Amino acid sequence: MTTTVPNPGSTTGPTRTATTAPAWRGFVPGPWQDGVDVRDFIQRNYTPYTGDAGFLAGATARTAGVWAKLTAMFPEERAKGVYDVDATTPSTITAHAPGYIDAENEIIVGLQTDAPLKRAIMPNGGYRMVENALRTYGYEPDPTVAKIFTEYRKTHNAGVFDVYPPNVRAARKSHIVTGLPDAYGRGRIIGDYRRVALYGVDALVAAKGLERAELDLERSTEDVIRDREELAEQVRALGELKTMAASYGYDISGPATTAREAVQWLYFAYLAAVKEQNGAAMSLGRTSTFVDVYLERDLADGVLDETAAQEIIDDFVIKLRIVRFLRTPEYDALFSGDPTWVTESIGGMGDDGRPLVTRTSFRYLQTLYNLGPAPEPNLTVLWSAALPDGFKQFCAQVSIDTSAIQYESDDLLRGQCGDDAAIACCVSGMTVGKQMQFFGARVNVAKALLYAINGGRDEISGEQVAPATAPLAGDVLDHDEVRAAYDRLLDWLAETYVDALNCIHYMHDKYAYERLEMALHDRTVLRTLACGIAGLSVAVDSLSAIRYATVRPVRDETGLVVDYDVEGEYPTYGNDDDRADDIAVELVRSFMAKIRRQPTYRGAVHTQSVLTITSNVVYGKHTGNTPDGRRAGQPFAPGANPMNGRDTHGMLASALSVAKLPYDDAQDGISLTSTVVPSGLGRTRREQVGNLVGLLDAYTLSHGFHVNVNVLNRDTLTDAMENPDKYPQLTIRVSGYAVNFTRLTREQQLDVLSRTFHGAV
Amino acid sequence: MSTQPATLPATTDGAPVIELTTPLVGGALGRSSTGTAGLDVSDADRHERLAQMRAGELGSVHSWELVTAVDGPGTRLTVFLAGCPLRCLYCHNPDTMEMRRGEPVTADQLLARIARYRGIFTATGGGLTISGGEPLMQPAFVRRILRGAKELGIHTTIDTSGFLGAHCSDAMLDDLDLVLLDVKSGDPDTYRRVTGRDLQPTLDFGRRLAARGTEIWVRFVLVPGLTDDVANVDVVADYVASLATVSRVEVLPFHQMGQDKWQSLGLRYELADTRAPSPQLVERVRGQFRARGLTVH
Repeated sequence: MTTTVPNPGSTTGPTRTATTAPAWRGFVPGPWQDGVDVRDFIQRNYTPYTGDAGFLAGATARTAGVWAKLTAMFPEERAKGVYDVDATTPSTITAHAPGYIDAENEIIVGLQTDAPLKRAIMPNGGYRMVENALRTYGYEPDPTVAKIFTEYRKTHNAGVFDVYPPNVRAARKSHIVTGLPDAYGRGRIIGDYRRVALYGVDALVAAKGLERAELDLERSTEDVIRDREELAEQVRALGELKTMAASYGYDISGPATTAREAVQWLYFAYLAAVKEQNGAAMSLGRTSTFVDVYLERDLADGVLDETAAQEIIDDFVIKLRIVRFLRTPEYDALFSGDPTWVTESIGGMGDDGRPLVTRTSFRYLQTLYNLGPAPEPNLTVLWSAALPDGFKQFCAQVSIDTSAIQYESDDLLRGQCGDDAAIACCVSGMTVGKQMQFFGARVNVAKALLYAINGGRDEISGEQVAPATAPLAGDVLDHDEVRAAYDRLLDWLAETYVDALNCIHYMHDKYAYERLEMALHDRTVLRTLACGIAGLSVAVDSLSAIRYATVRPVRDETGLVVDYDVEGEYPTYGNDDDRADDIAVELVRSFMAKIRRQPTYRGAVHTQSVLTITSNVVYGKHTGNTPDGRRAGQPFAPGANPMNGRDTHGMLASALSVAKLPYDDAQDGISLTSTVVPSGLGRTRREQVGNLVGLLDAYTLSHGFHVNVNVLNRDTLTDAMENPDKYPQLTIRVSGYAVNFTRLTREQQLDVLSRTFHGAV
Repeated sequence: MSTQPATLPATTDGAPVIELTTPLVGGALGRSSTGTAGLDVSDADRHERLAQMRAGELGSVHSWELVTAVDGPGTRLTVFLAGCPLRCLYCHNPDTMEMRRGEPVTADQLLARIARYRGIFTATGGGLTISGGEPLMQPAFVRRILRGAKELGIHTTIDTSGFLGAHCSDAMLDDLDLVLLDVKSGDPDTYRRVTGRDLQPTLDFGRRLAARGTEIWVRFVLVPGLTDDVANVDVVADYVASLATVSRVEVLPFHQMGQDKWQSLGLRYELADTRAPSPQLVERVRGQFRARGLTVH
């Protein structure tokens, strides 16, 4: 479907000739002028950059000054948990008056509320979460707001709990299904914020008008009615976006005419999204090469020099660094710190073989030097061995210096979603503006194994959660019997899980619809139901132990298996040993097959991730002793990582085990976190950079999907635990996300320290 | 032969002297639990094994690891063989000293694992490193592995003390791209105190490598109170500077990370009170090598 966009250079309708209007002057014309097609615009207009980082500019005094104003506020925020909250104004796109950090010196403007670091309340997701968070941080909930969202206006959370069946409630309570977005915004939807810069809001509204006309031709069935209502809300949100921008003194009804405007328009669109939604992950998309087209034009025109170009990007990134949501401490414990996942995907290759790397790809990474390391925005490099050497080396250098980059396989992502794809959150790939997902958190497959052994009873509470079956008898666990019981249990789990997700996303669409983000999508979008598994390495090693060693269950007086005696040796996942790794592959495939058999809300396509975000500590806490010898409560390994300390054949061998997990059966991503000491990469800086490039090439060529690279000394982390004030910006990567180390709980810090460090001895 | 006693006789003047015996593969006593994961262990009987070992079809392997930046350029498959004629006081892998502690692995098995990483070696500029223990303790096996690796086009390295350099045939050298040569001391008496062996074979081997044009990385383990004497380092540095094919020298500061292994093996560890060298000492020693125009890390 193509929709027509009025050409700003013409009053007589669309035209294919180069326009002389200021907005699109000098751009190569194409189908992007006739309909919303940002990819086509980029492909026709971007300039690949194959050089090195030598051209980059440092931070200006202005940039440093604005950033210093914020960094002076961070210690208070860290100490109190939040800096400030507007407890009385439920946030909408237009709810708050304009806010500034330093009005005279800001190049890119706009804040979520009327002051920096002041958080807003967003009760549409769930009122109780808002109330708990307010009370935690010493704010009195406003009675009017309470009345509105408990008496007059139903929330997503309330809707979900009206429809959950008992099996879902039980599974949720026992933590076998966990982290569900049923009390907060689901997130993981990326609006194509670039559209606002390229076309202006009015043209997008007009395009939505054409989509509506198509919908009006269809019969008013339930699906069509819902689509029409959503479309009406999208158009309303676009209007509010214009109003919000106008409050800052900008008319964004037309397209951006300069690079600064392009970034400003794009940021207003993103800002509207984070004013409206407190999503678990509010990702930005893939903007650097789009913005580069504008910067190149202004640089060629002599309007900007490199320092001014970098300054625009630095100021933009400052804004992205201070996106804040009001959340409860439990939520923060689950997700480690205070994440927003403003993920920006950088680099990658085009379908035509040209690298999508531009100078602005470098400029985004340069912010980690100009402003210092930080977890947000979540800078994600789409890596391919085919990327230009200069870019690869700069990425490796930035990783070594800051540990703040994650890498995803561009080859796998492009194969799945094309070359205008971006990562939402940590590892979820989607085609920008054409695809969205229903975020589904994850189930605990390690705990599920214990349920299988115990006939569906919970190993901690003893309660019957899954349907009762005969517990496994005998003094020694028999591998075939365990597998059969596990298979049946996973059938139940898949069914229960997808039921829960269907309830959640029905209600989220109904009560907390992402109006603005979806306004920046095509009418017809591909929806995925993003399921996930946690505890993979524990389950795999447990199955391996049962198969290759002798595992004796230890039962309590009620017959519940509460511990396991393991005798003998068994292969473990994480050593490029097919005996163990094949178990992992099989488990991923078989659970995906079970998920695919379930009906999904809105016909969403089933996907699966092997990702724990950062909640591996919490999942471990809720899981009893496991047959691999792991003790009750001990953290899981993050994501698809092998268990800490069991990967004994080096970082790459560990990564190669993970790389075997089939992306086709884990299309929502597979996450690996690796930590290496600097000397583990080489004797000299040049050698370290070269070796890290080689490792990333080797991993992606081996079909590895994602890796976080931390280059750290254990001593640094130990010191940071004791002296957090010395390390306000110490950033480490954990399972798809960078966190500020000093904001982790002590428990999480110890978990990070206990992880396998790969180094030279 | 009989198996080695669990506790080696310690001499008052340094490392114990052991008898060089016929390479033998023994049972599972004390072997590493995960070292050879992914490699099938041979189940041939003892008699068969001996014949296979002499033919180089079977080796005693302690473990393998994919490492970056430590055992040669790029990312490498380092294969640690079991068995070493030296008894270095500071050894951080004492569990590789005795051949019987290794696992019997066939050359075909090992070559299959090497072939598996061909793409990795290409991507990272790495290759194969055979370490130990002492690779030249199993020359037939090593020769076969190196030949197989070269047939696959893989960069090859061995990490050796050079003490058994005479076991290294010219044919084997033809299949070696790089030798990591551990020169543990310059003064013969110190060398004997550190390793229990003579220095001369190492010196001879290094000269032979240089004469043939084989690239060498020299390694020198710096142990305070044992190898750090200025004169001792000078002798090593003079020797190394005389070898034209040395492209890098690595001064490796002694550390205590191997201590637990000595204890768990029931071996007497003499360096329990020795501390890691200070950064100043490491810099002084590196400077002694650097002063002779060598590239030092």
